[in-house]
Amino acid sequence: MDKLLRQGWVKPLLFAVCLIPLGLLVWRGASGGLGANPIEATNRFLGDWALRFLLIALAVTPLRQMTGWNAVARWRRMLGLFAFAYVVLHFSSYVGLDQFFDWSAIGREIVKRRYITLGMVAVVLLIPLALTSTNAMMRRLGGRRWQALHRLVYVIAPLGVAHHWMMVKKDITEPAIHAAILAVLLGWRGVARLRHNGAATTARPTACSVPQSSSPSP
Amino acid sequence: MLIRSAADLRESEVTDKALWLDRRRFLALGAAGALALSGLPAEAGLNTVKGPFSTDEPPTPRKDVTTYNNFYELGVEKSDPAQLAPSYFTKTRPWSVTIAGECAKPGTLGYEDLIKPHRLEDRIYRMRCVEAWSMVIPWVGIPLGEVLKRFEPGSKAKFVEFTTLQDPERLPGQRRSVIDWPYVEGLRIDEAMHPLALLAVGLYGEELLPQNGAPIRLVVPWKYGFKSIKSIVAIRFAETPSRTAWMKAAPREYGFYANVNPAVDHPRWSQGAERRIGEFLKRKTLPFNGYADQVASLYSGMDLAANF
Repeated sequence: MDKLLRQGWVKPLLFAVCLIPLGLLVWRGASGGLGANPIEATNRFLGDWALRFLLIALAVTPLRQMTGWNAVARWRRMLGLFAFAYVVLHFSSYVGLDQFFDWSAIGREIVKRRYITLGMVAVVLLIPLALTSTNAMMRRLGGRRWQALHRLVYVIAPLGVAHHWMMVKKDITEPAIHAAILAVLLGWRGVARLRHNGAATTARPTACSVPQSSSPSP
Repeated sequence: MLIRSAADLRESEVTDKALWLDRRRFLALGAAGALALSGLPAEAGLNTVKGPFSTDEPPTPRKDVTTYNNFYELGVEKSDPAQLAPSYFTKTRPWSVTIAGECAKPGTLGYEDLIKPHRLEDRIYRMRCVEAWSMVIPWVGIPLGEVLKRFEPGSKAKFVEFTTLQDPERLPGQRRSVIDWPYVEGLRIDEAMHPLALLAVGLYGEELLPQNGAPIRLVVPWKYGFKSIKSIVAIRFAETPSRTAWMKAAPREYGFYANVNPAVDHPRWSQGAERRIGEFLKRKTLPFNGYADQVASLYSGMDLAANF
């Protein structure tokens, strides 16, 4: 399986798959499939997919660890950037379509509506992650600092889920599903870390002989 | 007007059999001759007169009014009611409404008996949802106050409470407890008696569709849409205000009055502006949804920020 996933065509295919929601939105928009309130429908559709891509990107590491398919690690950056792209589109549709660039109204909403505040914080926090996603930036920051920065996603994803949850009027099924998935994905990491630490403590004498990562220590 | 009490009445008896045979004959005959024969509202195309208070703003397209609906009994997505109604809420007749509480003539009436003494009026009203969108809807209905007076509410009748049908077979959304079923709404008696308050039985000149609250619903155009309860099965005159469905679900967010008020924000939606369905830019929301001249006096001396 891992060998199959390393084939050259897999990643371009995945890239195309990630564009499907966007294509669907454009098609629905053109064919009148967005219903009586197309602006609300667009905004919600993009928000849903922004959140889903965040969760998908967060699923890469557990998937690799569970299955041993190390090849999936090569998708992580692309999936993360797609999450960012859908977040930016969601943000843009809010600013441009929903509020029609009424910045004072947007400002009031950010201050007043807690779910919008959280959403905006999530958008802002994602920006440095997207900007440092290139190889050059990774080298410049150094692996450890880069990794520390990108752990911000553990804050951003819960913000996104909370943003959705607080926006929903009554039926919280969907945000609850997102929250459960997020809990599993973060919980997996927590457990893995505890195990790792446990192993490191009991195996202290040999821990030093484990080769250090290639990044310089801070 | 014959008013029968609930005790000696079975579901099957609420509509006179001859009346229903007549309806069938009417359907078989087709629209043209039947209107003269039956004298009943026609299945397609209701016999109406122009009512007062109609706005001359262009109505929202029929397709949007009948496919973009908040009717949680038929699903929480706005597209759900129109999609689910044809397979679930197929039968809106026979239908009866129970009248109870502080009045001289309580009882249960069939739909026809409830409607027949009144003239059906066309009334084009603005509708403003608390979610900050709006429509202009050509309703067909009868003034609520005129209907209520027939039951001779007593001096203790300070409020009126309405209840939606509870039937998970026909309203599958009720299989999940999204809100506390059945849906309950209420008005103060003077609000209910106001000539703007309408019991609607039709839309765009035709009978109401299930997603719009068939066969009979309330329309209170100066209040947020959720006050306009759908598919009514019970009307009760009461001394105290009801705890309405949305007040139970989120008391901080939904008050009893729910008057359209651009100055009082909902925790989720600013109420200063609204998007008219079909329009791109938002427009300013007017106090009492633009009906202030008619209804503001009902609330003189009240703090509408506290009584939201």
